Amino acid sequence: MSRWLRSFGAFWYDFVIGDDWRGAAVVAVALALTALLVHAASVNAWWLLPVAVIGALGWSLRRATSGKP
Amino acid sequence: MSSLALFLTVFIACAVEAVEALTIVLAAGLTREWRSTFQGMAVALAVLAVIVAVLGPALTLVPLTALRLVVGALLAVFGLQWLRKAILRASGYKGLHDEEAIYARQVAVARTAASEGRHGVRDWYAFTLSFKGVLLEGLEVVFIAITFGANQQNQGLAAAAAAAAVVVVAAVGIAVRAPLSRVPENTLKFAVGVMLTSFGMFWGAEGAGASWPGNDAALLAIVPGTALVGLGYTALLRRARAAGRAAVPAAGRSAA
Repeated sequence: MSRWLRSFGAFWYDFVIGDDWRGAAVVAVALALTALLVHAASVNAWWLLPVAVIGALGWSLRRATSGKP
Repeated sequence: MSSLALFLTVFIACAVEAVEALTIVLAAGLTREWRSTFQGMAVALAVLAVIVAVLGPALTLVPLTALRLVVGALLAVFGLQWLRKAILRASGYKGLHDEEAIYARQVAVARTAASEGRHGVRDWYAFTLSFKGVLLEGLEVVFIAITFGANQQNQGLAAAAAAAAVVVVAAVGIAVRAPLSRVPENTLKFAVGVMLTSFGMFWGAEGAGASWPGNDAALLAIVPGTALVGLGYTALLRRARAAGRAAVPAAGRSAA
């Protein structure tokens, strides 16, 4: 049963998160910060998520290619 | 988002997944046995239909702001995966998705697998191969169609686009009876990655409470902007790879 649960969890992790969990983490943090800025500081932070996503993509690509010919 | 953009995004995304599922179904059917292959495909499609029937109406009950936050986050993460892989493939750091090679591998394994009947299925291997292939590729189709349809409150059009893509790919597959290796899969995946990431950012930020300048018209800047960033990263990686490869022989020459 625990093996089945583990493979079930691994499947969904791979399906949603994929090879690099950092991208998902950056998106989650950026969305939380956007909500915080909008609701607590009245800043219309529409720009935060695109900046974070572009940065996360570059970071992930750099990690995937560093040291490879 | 216009109905045309919704239709095209879901259609292209689903067509790419359908091409991958077709490769597996053909490998199972042509090397093993068609009846068990079709049984596996039918059961997988039934499971997918149940998922759509349960999730589709359930999503319409979720308030739109919460739906956009969750779906936006998922689409942005999902889109980043697609875009990352497409950029790595386009720049040469990852091998291109080769349907012919995948088909050859599946056929080689299918030929050596033992033939055994179970639960009324004549060839259990063909059944499970086809079932897994259609279910796994179909899950991505269902995810994209349901999330886009729910956010645009037009599930019918999203479902029609997904069904049209599956029918077109299946019809072409039946006609040529070979994997669709000429489909420019990586270009299509790049385009879908751009769309998923763009809509993920748009809906995610809206769900978090932000308002985009120009409202829906902001997408006219977000989609091309994301595409340009993706193309820019691809060009940078290509240049870095070429420079790295040129430096290796030069270093070898100076050492000699």
